Amino acid sequence: MKALGHVRICDFTGQLAGAGATKWLAAFGADVIRIEDPVKQGTWDILRMMPPFVDERRGVDFGGGFNDHNVEKRGITLNLRSERGRELLAELVKHSDVVAENFAAGVLERMGFGYERLKELKPDVIYVSNCGFGHTGPYRSFKTWGPIVQAVSGLTFTSGLPGREPAGWGYSYMDHTGASYMAIAILLALLHKQRTGEGQWVDLSCTDVGLTLHGPMLLDWTVNGRPARRPGFPHANRSEHPAWAPHGIYPAAGDDEWVAVACRSDAEWRALAGVVGAAWAGEARFAALAGRLAAQDELDARLAEWTGARPKAETVAALQAAGVPAAPVAKPAERVDHDPATSGFGLWPTAHHSKMGNVRVDGLPVHLAKTDWEIRRGAPCLGEHTEEVLTGLLGLSGEEVAKLRAEGVV
Amino acid sequence: MTALHGTRVVELSHERIAFAGKLLADMGADVVVVEPPGGSALRRWGPFVEDRPDPEHSLAWWHYNTSKRGVVLDLDTEDGRDGFRRLAARADLVLEAEDPGRLAGLGLDHADLERRELIWISVTPFGRRLPGRADLATDLTVLAAGGPVWSCGYDDHSLPPVRGLGFQGYNTACHHAVMSALTALLHRGVSGEGQFVDVSMHAAANVTTEMGSYNYLVQGTTVQRQTGRHAMETLTLPSQVRCADGRYVNTGVPPRQPKEYAGLLAWLRELGIADGFPEAVFLEMGAQRDFVDLSKIGQDDEITAIFAAGREALGFVASRLSAYDFFVGAQRAGLPVGVIYAPEEAFEDAHFVARGFQTPVEHPELGRSVRYPGAPYRFEKTPWRISRRAPRLGEHQAEVFAELAGTGSPRG
Repeated sequence: MKALGHVRICDFTGQLAGAGATKWLAAFGADVIRIEDPVKQGTWDILRMMPPFVDERRGVDFGGGFNDHNVEKRGITLNLRSERGRELLAELVKHSDVVAENFAAGVLERMGFGYERLKELKPDVIYVSNCGFGHTGPYRSFKTWGPIVQAVSGLTFTSGLPGREPAGWGYSYMDHTGASYMAIAILLALLHKQRTGEGQWVDLSCTDVGLTLHGPMLLDWTVNGRPARRPGFPHANRSEHPAWAPHGIYPAAGDDEWVAVACRSDAEWRALAGVVGAAWAGEARFAALAGRLAAQDELDARLAEWTGARPKAETVAALQAAGVPAAPVAKPAERVDHDPATSGFGLWPTAHHSKMGNVRVDGLPVHLAKTDWEIRRGAPCLGEHTEEVLTGLLGLSGEEVAKLRAEGVV
Repeated sequence: MTALHGTRVVELSHERIAFAGKLLADMGADVVVVEPPGGSALRRWGPFVEDRPDPEHSLAWWHYNTSKRGVVLDLDTEDGRDGFRRLAARADLVLEAEDPGRLAGLGLDHADLERRELIWISVTPFGRRLPGRADLATDLTVLAAGGPVWSCGYDDHSLPPVRGLGFQGYNTACHHAVMSALTALLHRGVSGEGQFVDVSMHAAANVTTEMGSYNYLVQGTTVQRQTGRHAMETLTLPSQVRCADGRYVNTGVPPRQPKEYAGLLAWLRELGIADGFPEAVFLEMGAQRDFVDLSKIGQDDEITAIFAAGREALGFVASRLSAYDFFVGAQRAGLPVGVIYAPEEAFEDAHFVARGFQTPVEHPELGRSVRYPGAPYRFEKTPWRISRRAPRLGEHQAEVFAELAGTGSPRG
């Protein structure tokens, strides 16, 4: 049995911030039907034609990121500039529990399918919109990508080393996370509907989400008046709260090799000092936390000298054996192909894509004992399920679909 | 009405899952957080009110435990274990992040307390099904071993890669714990059946690195960290620019469409600096085209010049304006750029204030309310809400156990 086998999504999402949400639902069995524009060949979702690629083939059916984010979904084309296209969309909305989109604010409404119209078509519809700044407020018309969301919501600023410009996030953390919140919003609205029969609109703003992710840092501002923009901050690899030292990312032997060490207590420090075995590590001034905090720069430099002389795996093994938190800074190949903690979790399923063939994708980081997720089918090629959905779900004949195709409606 | 009205959650307090409990509680679930005698470890995490360490004044405890009720149980005593069994016996959902083996050793694991309807969410560093030193996992080690850290840092690779602040390793695991809990609740609504859910923090980090994972999965390549922008196989051009006031902006993806070149040119003219930008002529050419075919960059001289002029124009303007003015001006010109705010600057910004993001929460003991971060989503009918400040140690002991004994009415 599928956990969400009873749910159908009319899916306008794209990129990662939207498509990542419906990926979760699809992997748990929801019937997610992507609606794409036949005129623009679905390229509103730029990942359709962007790298990575499995081979030399290019085009709207070969984007590797698109495949990763759209596994287990069906895809149809509908030209919403045409009256017939809009009629078919209206029918699809009537057959759906949820309409999901991550256009810029107001775009779906301008296409004639704002929330009021959706409710006319289906009074208990759930409508979840996801955009950079939400549907209200002075910046509602502003546009974003993941890195812009991270910049404005403070997450770029808090990732960096002191005295330097921000390092930020080397990927769209807020696309992944915006997608998670969009999935949470859809699931919560579905639960409410399951219990009351009532639909609703959820307005999701990725910058709002980003601003909720700073932990207690914002309370330090509102309660203590301490801003994050202050000298020496952020020192992101350190741990100011909780106060732990040493705590950081240190070099290891080899080219661009690094190891993370987190020493949480005086006892762990003694264990660490024992492994290091050098005279400096035994100095009394480092025995208590206050002394280590006061001399963090020196401590980091000493520790870096020690870690830099050995392979990261050796440091991790020695420190863990002594009971000190340590981990490698894992490179993609190491964590994908040589880490039993990912392969043993079934984290990289192989999906079969109609044109690309078998491709490994990101799985989900959870397992439900009775109704687990399943990823077998790759992302839909453009319009791959148009005929299947229009005939199977909306009751059109094959001839009617052929005619629509000839007329440019699908 | 709240979305999770009447949903009873028992959370064994742990820094790894406190945020998941908050997300459920702020949507209306009745979350009872169970602390050991002496209080949760989170109460010893700073910062503290006025920097004075006090278990009731930990801002970490406050932040992660809004809308919850609190009880104290010593699971090392039979009384405490009995209390937990009674709580779990009427719960819809148990949320815990104990190291694998601990609850089984106490006779309090899912297998010991299983009921047909019960949903049990376990969040552990490597998942319950796999070995690994769960006791040695922290936010830093999870993000290092799980992939995010490899992709973050500076062009200069003699500097270490960077772990972003805010406990994002814990947060990411919590998001997936909540998605799992809601998925299981929906399934239970159809089937009547609960189930056990195994969440791996390491796995959650691994599948949220965008190209870090899937460029390797698809084409076997390894991305390299770059200052303030996406890690890619090769070095790309900088997108972070220092503005006239010394603050930074992210200039995003350079203009690519005719209307973007037109907007940019109009903005330069409005600022009265178009004459000082010699490449303005190329912006004009970009604006007049029907289509700028970026695949011709490097082959078609005119397109190459148009694209370069767009990039350079952004830097040219940025160096003449404050970061904020650049952000608003560029966005009004139709260009998706962002000011790089410190968190408090975003919190105080007019847009977020207008959306009501700042959320006052009463703290009677302080005699005042405190402004908290607000809703991550706006529900039309079942709004997000902080129903109360985080519980004081054992604050709801009598109330919760009176309900269990049937002498009080359950909160709903």
